[in-house]
Amino acid sequence: MNTIFLIIKREYMVRVRKKSFIIMTILGPVLIFGFYAIIGWAAVSSINQKKIAVVDESGRFVNQFKNDDETLYSYPKQSLAEAKKSFVKEGYNALVFIPKDVIEQPKTVKIFAEKSVSLALQSNIERAIGKEIETIKLEEAGITQKVIQDAKVNVDAQTISLSDEGEKNNNGIATTIISGFCALLIYISVLIYGTQVMRGVMEEKTNRIVEVIISSVKPFQLMLGKIIGVALVGLTQFMLWIVLTIGLMTIGSKIISQPKETAQTQMAARMNGMPGGQEVQSKMSTAKNPVADVMAAIETLPLTLIVSCFLFYFLGGYLLYSALFGAVGAAVDNETETQQFMFPIMMPIIAAIAFAQIAVRDPDGPLAFWTSMIPFTSPVVMMVRIPFGVPAWELALSMALLVLGFVGTTWLAARIYRVGILMYGKKVTFRELSKWVFYKG
Amino acid sequence: MNNILETHHIIKQYAEHRALDDVSLSVPKGCIFGLLGPNGAGKTSLIRIINQITAPDSGEVILDGERLNPNHIRRIGYLPEERGLYKKMKVGEQLLYLAQLKGLTEKQAMEKLKIWFVKFDIKTWWTKNVEDLSKGMQQKVQFVATVMHEPDLIILDEPFSGFDPINANLIKDEILELRDKGKTIIFSTHRMESVEELCDNIALINRSHKVLDGPKQAIKEQFKTHTYHVEYQGTLDTLSPAFAVLKTRPTDDGFMRADIKIPPDAAVNELIRHLLDRVAVRSFGENIPSMNDIFIQAVGEVPTT
Repeated sequence: MNTIFLIIKREYMVRVRKKSFIIMTILGPVLIFGFYAIIGWAAVSSINQKKIAVVDESGRFVNQFKNDDETLYSYPKQSLAEAKKSFVKEGYNALVFIPKDVIEQPKTVKIFAEKSVSLALQSNIERAIGKEIETIKLEEAGITQKVIQDAKVNVDAQTISLSDEGEKNNNGIATTIISGFCALLIYISVLIYGTQVMRGVMEEKTNRIVEVIISSVKPFQLMLGKIIGVALVGLTQFMLWIVLTIGLMTIGSKIISQPKETAQTQMAARMNGMPGGQEVQSKMSTAKNPVADVMAAIETLPLTLIVSCFLFYFLGGYLLYSALFGAVGAAVDNETETQQFMFPIMMPIIAAIAFAQIAVRDPDGPLAFWTSMIPFTSPVVMMVRIPFGVPAWELALSMALLVLGFVGTTWLAARIYRVGILMYGKKVTFRELSKWVFYKG
Repeated sequence: MNNILETHHIIKQYAEHRALDDVSLSVPKGCIFGLLGPNGAGKTSLIRIINQITAPDSGEVILDGERLNPNHIRRIGYLPEERGLYKKMKVGEQLLYLAQLKGLTEKQAMEKLKIWFVKFDIKTWWTKNVEDLSKGMQQKVQFVATVMHEPDLIILDEPFSGFDPINANLIKDEILELRDKGKTIIFSTHRMESVEELCDNIALINRSHKVLDGPKQAIKEQFKTHTYHVEYQGTLDTLSPAFAVLKTRPTDDGFMRADIKIPPDAAVNELIRHLLDRVAVRSFGENIPSMNDIFIQAVGEVPTT
């Protein structure tokens, strides 16, 4: 027992001290955070960016343009010539000129800007003016504002999942994102750490140190020590990622939220001075941030269950596959020979990703059920199903089968391993491998 | 108990090949024991069984009076023929790790290693990566790894391959010193000159069978051809009916050399007397078979080095 601990310690320390581990550990959350930060920054910075003056000779469009995250309209009571002069001084990004006869001749609308105006902004303005003209024309034809409003029905269904704990606000998109993310993470990490085990075994075999080691410990102890050591490396990496990501998110959201607030208060102050400003402001505060929406939905999911299941299925799936990868490493002499053996091992886990895509769409269907029971695919497929809710007995059965599965593959791998590591210069076939399984001690 | 190691009727069968067939050996305590045999004879299989890397199909191994068990791992040091170390690991860390696998505590291992590092004058290697050492240096480190836990039985598979003559001598001296301390060394080799030089006892394995074993001197005695050589001046065509002149040939420096066979029960003095009567003798001696001769005779082929 003491020796297996020594092996685990060595396998762990050697990997954790590697530069690539440290780089990946830091880079992972930075990449995630960086992605998040870029979106946040883009959202924030655009608030201040586009200030648009509307010179409206027709007098029909004052306060008719909707302010949003990207654009802020103001309506100076100036002539076009005056507005052009004060354009730079006031810090406007664009100036929209609407002539008196815009309703009769809509093509006379002009947009002035220092630099060229983005297509999106141009089409926004065009759409707003077009809509307004449409409304005016409809009103002139005798259709009232109320009828128009009634005709615009906004369907935005909220999904609510019924469970024992009563109704809970839920969000299908958030669930899908989480389950897809977990499944992919399991898939990737099982492959990454599984191949690490294989490389480790091959390193010992090609370095010829294996014979020295197994004169001190049993081959099974060496194999198990390596598998557990690498598993701990994986868990360490996940833990560090979680801690670092949460840390960065907390610091990051503080930095991001500050300028956002000041921008909003500035905006509010400016709008108070304008007719209709109050109304716009209240609309803005009720408008939901889509990111916050998803975050809120994620919070309603059973996070503890998901995280603990994730760790269980990562470990289970990893143990199952890494034992097989270890056996491959023991059977071959060099990297190129691994190909023929890697393929049958990779097949089920690649298939699992395909099944997972079906399971996302139909989490309770028969295919999802069976593939989440078979140990070779269950780590990926079950992770997809868990955020949607899985009956306790199914979860228990799947977990039990997974445990049986990795005990089985570890046993099989150990039989191949103990023969393979001492076999040099022999091209191994599947037939040969199956013979090894039945060799005595 | 005089034997540190005994194997009784070891049989090891691989799929369609019997690697060891009824091999029984005894290795006396405190000797250097040569395990000889051509490639594929089964030496490595036997060594692996002694190291508990594999188990025999039948037969048993007795170490110092006890049936081989996992507690014996500590008492054996093994230097495999195919040797290697973790390339990316520091020398010191690696040796500490290997010593701990053998059951030493970290503190004990540290103390033992310090002695060896001073002895071999390799203190500066401690923090070096193994891959930064030359092949000869790595072999030295590996030798330290084999003996640092002070095993009673040291098994060396081709210990001199890859060493330059200076380091080979260093290791040779270490082997002799370990023997003088009462350790037993089994060493498996093809190189008959080192067997000649170092071994007290030998065993020869050929095609899975033990064909020969015992003290080196006894074996040489057994393989004696009862021939003597003489260098002389004169003619020596016929001697007496008792002594047969096998062949004569001139030496480089103008003398003649003859091999003479005598009957097992004849006295050598009688032969010398005959010679003195006939020729001017320059030198005289018994033809002692070399290990190489014995190997060839027992195995029927030339040992490959």
